[in-house]
Amino acid sequence: MANKGWDEFEIGAMLRSFNGPVKDVALIHQEDRAYSENNSFTASVADWRIEKPVFNKDFCIDCQFCWIYCPDISIISRDKKMVGVDMDHCKGCGICVEVCPTNPKSLLMYSEQTDEEEALAAWPSKDEGEN
Amino acid sequence: MAFDKMELRDIEVWDGNFAAAQALRQCQIDVVAAYPITPSTPIVEGYAKFLADGYVEGEFVMVESEHAAMSGCIGASAAGGRVATATSSQGLALMSETLYQASGMRLPIILNLVNRALASPLNVNGDHSDMYMVRDSGWIQFDAYNPQEAYDLNFIAFKVAEDHDIRLPAIVNQDGFMTSHTAQGVKTLSDDVAYGFVGEFKPMNDMLDLDHPVTHGVQTEEDWHFEHKARQHRDLMTKVIPKIEAVFDEFEKLSGRKYNIVEKYDMDDADVAVVCLGTSVETAREVAKEMRENGIKAGVVGIRVLRPFPFMQIAEALKDVKAIAALDRSSPNGAAGMLFNEIAGALYNTGSKALLSGYVYGLGGRDLTKTHLRDLYKELQANADAGKVTTQLQQFIGVRGPKLAFL
Repeated sequence: MANKGWDEFEIGAMLRSFNGPVKDVALIHQEDRAYSENNSFTASVADWRIEKPVFNKDFCIDCQFCWIYCPDISIISRDKKMVGVDMDHCKGCGICVEVCPTNPKSLLMYSEQTDEEEALAAWPSKDEGEN
Repeated sequence: MAFDKMELRDIEVWDGNFAAAQALRQCQIDVVAAYPITPSTPIVEGYAKFLADGYVEGEFVMVESEHAAMSGCIGASAAGGRVATATSSQGLALMSETLYQASGMRLPIILNLVNRALASPLNVNGDHSDMYMVRDSGWIQFDAYNPQEAYDLNFIAFKVAEDHDIRLPAIVNQDGFMTSHTAQGVKTLSDDVAYGFVGEFKPMNDMLDLDHPVTHGVQTEEDWHFEHKARQHRDLMTKVIPKIEAVFDEFEKLSGRKYNIVEKYDMDDADVAVVCLGTSVETAREVAKEMRENGIKAGVVGIRVLRPFPFMQIAEALKDVKAIAALDRSSPNGAAGMLFNEIAGALYNTGSKALLSGYVYGLGGRDLTKTHLRDLYKELQANADAGKVTTQLQQFIGVRGPKLAFL
């Protein structure tokens, strides 16, 4: 996609979802779907981010709130277990952090250049103010 | 077909609005979303009546503003229907945001624009301010000089716009009141012949094709936006004029009426020429004929297709002329008139030595009389004889008070 010229696009500021007809797409994992080349799934919006969510699985209770609320389907979940964040499609809106119910939160926003290992090592402890 | 056919006489007495409404009926529009505004109201009114009487199988969407009217048209067109609407003046101004959506999404919507002045002061009469306002919106723009042409150009516009290589929306302009409310004899096409010409609508990437889902009007930031605009511009600059020419030829075979990208009148040996749009072209032709009897080799160039601007055809038509007047029926508001600028652009590198002057006329429905045009041709002849522009470069003709000129 990134290497395409102006004359190679589908006309009409239009994105085709899939190559060919689509059946039972809900039952197919994102990475296994026959996305067309001109699709927002193949286009990264990672450079929109100023802050990124960091996921700490030590505190995650797999409630799936982040998966439900993410407006860009950027939370990767397998068999109702939170796996991580799809950093190609996360715009850094922070909604996943907002809805995370654990204490401390299992997702926190850090500036884009923060080292993930360091962030995880210095994860905040339980906030006694809550509950 | 589930709708009734209408028996038309070979020649019907129609005004421009009714002619356009009949054309929309004969094209069997699927959806018209409209908000009425003078002087274009009778077009959608006419269509609504045809629909109510069972002559069309379609949908008339009543909306709360012109912005919603064009938005509805865009939705219906993206969904996969043949769509048209009509508007004027402030209505077009309110639509202007959505016009760019339609052309960027490459939706072949037809807009009948009945040209009217833009406020303030409020005015319902004809001038070309609205036509000029949206000239960079990416729509193809045709210009009709009389009701017959308002009828014919609708068919031509559909056929050009809906071609899968083009897929761009098109405006059919006609002069407010002067064309839209003046009844004249209009040679008609029978329902079958007309529908046969435009053909059945063939949607492309329509949203209602649920097996092949697409997203329309997506967001593209700096990474793709330029490429989409480049493609749209390329298609406008290279594909549209040849396609229009082909459709004009096809229409001539069907009806015997010949249209040209640029309508030349007595231009073969003309020394002086007037370039204009709309009903003024016909007045100018009358006066040019008269001037020829008085020894002035006068010609008229009528612009038929305003967008894409026919640079080559204009340059070709004006190549041997000594003095040219560009007549703009729109207030230039701080510049030279649009036609003046674009004709200058078309001629600058051609080696043409023609003297070009710009005239602003007819704002808010003010008449352009034969006397004005006679004086204008005489001025052009004086310029041609002197080999230089002897009057000011930009003049307002027909305005009350002392002569107005700034360039």
